[in-house]
Amino acid sequence: MSHAATTPERYGLLAEFDSPQTLLDAAHAVQRAGYTKTDAFSPMPIHGLAEALGFEEHLIPKIVLGAGILGLIAGYGLEYWTQVIAFPENIGGRPYHAWVAFIPPAYETTILFAALSCFFSLILLCGLPKPYHPVFNHPRFSTASADKFFLVIEATDPKFSMDATKTFLDGLGAKETVAVDE
Amino acid sequence: MQNSSFPEGDFRAPVPVLAPGQGYRSITDKLTSIVFTKNTPAAWFAFVGVGFMLVMGLMLALTNLLLKGIGIWGNNIPVGWAFDIINFVWWIGIGHAGTLISAILLLFKQDWRMSISRSAEAMTIFAVICAALFPIFHTGRPWLAIYWLLPYPNTMTLWPNFRSPLIWDVFAVSTYATVSVVFWYTGLIPDLATFRDRAKHPVVARIYGVLALGWRGSAKHWYRYENASLLLAGLSAPLVLSVHTVVSFDFAVAVLPGWHATIFPPYFVAGAVYAGFAMVLTLLIPLRVMFHLENQITMHHIENMAKVMLVTGLIVVYGYGCEAFFAWYSGNSYERFMMINRTWSGPMAWSYWMLLVCNLIVPQLMWSKRFRRKIPVIFTVCMFVNVGMWLERFVIIVTSLHRDFIPSSWAMYYPTRWDFITLFGTIGLFLTLMFLFVRVLPMIAIFELRTLLPDAKPKASAAGDGGSH
Repeated sequence: MSHAATTPERYGLLAEFDSPQTLLDAAHAVQRAGYTKTDAFSPMPIHGLAEALGFEEHLIPKIVLGAGILGLIAGYGLEYWTQVIAFPENIGGRPYHAWVAFIPPAYETTILFAALSCFFSLILLCGLPKPYHPVFNHPRFSTASADKFFLVIEATDPKFSMDATKTFLDGLGAKETVAVDE
Repeated sequence: MQNSSFPEGDFRAPVPVLAPGQGYRSITDKLTSIVFTKNTPAAWFAFVGVGFMLVMGLMLALTNLLLKGIGIWGNNIPVGWAFDIINFVWWIGIGHAGTLISAILLLFKQDWRMSISRSAEAMTIFAVICAALFPIFHTGRPWLAIYWLLPYPNTMTLWPNFRSPLIWDVFAVSTYATVSVVFWYTGLIPDLATFRDRAKHPVVARIYGVLALGWRGSAKHWYRYENASLLLAGLSAPLVLSVHTVVSFDFAVAVLPGWHATIFPPYFVAGAVYAGFAMVLTLLIPLRVMFHLENQITMHHIENMAKVMLVTGLIVVYGYGCEAFFAWYSGNSYERFMMINRTWSGPMAWSYWMLLVCNLIVPQLMWSKRFRRKIPVIFTVCMFVNVGMWLERFVIIVTSLHRDFIPSSWAMYYPTRWDFITLFGTIGLFLTLMFLFVRVLPMIAIFELRTLLPDAKPKASAAGDGGSH
């Protein structure tokens, strides 16, 4: 890696805010101004913030429903196959296909598959694990997990212009606006 | 629920969950300082020391068990199940409070859960670990338990019998353990990111950084995160109800008088929550003092937990009443004998009366607001409940087994010292794991407490969509 020739690419402008209210108002303003490649960072969930940036997604519930149904079929199928097809055993004269007795394990596998799919879809949809991200280059970004609020407009946004966007963000009540590199 | 629509001082206004005068920074500082400090309280070392000594006892008892076999325990025909299953049910029940607090109270939007949910979830996991030790070691040869318990294609082409409640137990408990760990870890991710950003030592920061998976608090991630948390809570709630239901099926499906009762599933679930809340209070009361968490775990929290304990305790007592009523109303002479033997004529009737003292009489103190606000009283009541719930399982399991249908098969049951060493060993394991947890991971959900601060729920701007929460 030679340091002399490469200049890192600009990732975007990161504006710092003091309170959830100023961040949410800024997010609405950024969305109205027509910026699309944006994101906000906060130490806790803020209701309506993602929606204010024009983000909407209903994937996780669908994945979880699908995985739950799959878990039900897998659990019941395992029971049916092992007890009726693979090795039928007469235990206490009970039927091979004892569907009432098959309910509890199938119920548990339904929940198991659904819960695991919920966790993994959360992690993968968020693109985690991601040890490096350009926003971590901001010297004060570590406060985003404690008490500060950030908003980024990426340099690849079609409306992005270094000076105009910085003036725009400063006008929204940002305490400080810093350019960060990739 | 901070933005109350009621004027200040109105009795309908909700009680604030956190003590006033805290901010984002002070909450973060307070809760990270428990881990990032060089001044570990001396009491912490005392608890871990005692816990670790008991763990050594557990190691000794289990090693002896593996060398000699389960004959070192007191259970033998007709009492084929004794301490091993009593302790299993006791520990599993204790774990239930964690899931109840974090899942069911989340679905009911009970904000006070946030201060206690993390440590209660950790308690769930550790309690399930302690519980699982008993059936696994009761097999005598745990290395063979894999094919006895889990359905996997083996060379003998044998499969577990899915018509037996014992295999339902395997599925219920292993699913419960897995989902509890997933739910707990999901909750930890944002707080691990806080730890990563505040750790001074680079190695420590690296470890928390790996565990935090690169969480950066993006609004889009939070959106998915809230979605996923709600779904996990929605999945955990029916799961936790099913786990103790299935545990109660181990007994209710059998024909033994004292076990064969339809009241068992709801009665066991209520008992689990009751025991669990008692254990949460038993642990949080010392931790609150040790780490000065009075502003985060307020008297309001402790009082609420005492109320839940009282209510579930009354449901449990209703269960005792039902058992006695069924025995009389069924007209079945074996059922009637079981009840008379359990309460009066049997050699273990003392355990039933001790159980009533612990679970029926002492918890009634919690009706009084004055006692609900006195820490020593609550702690004492919790200790009675912890013992009482253990005795409940002793009564159900041992006294039912030692006097069944035919007098020729009656016998006494006496536990051995190894039974006691193993029981106290798991208590030590539980204490050790719990106290190690509070010292290395955030014991209170920091990011959730931030959402309770007065300005954490901003209003959507006038020109915005106007549809926040």
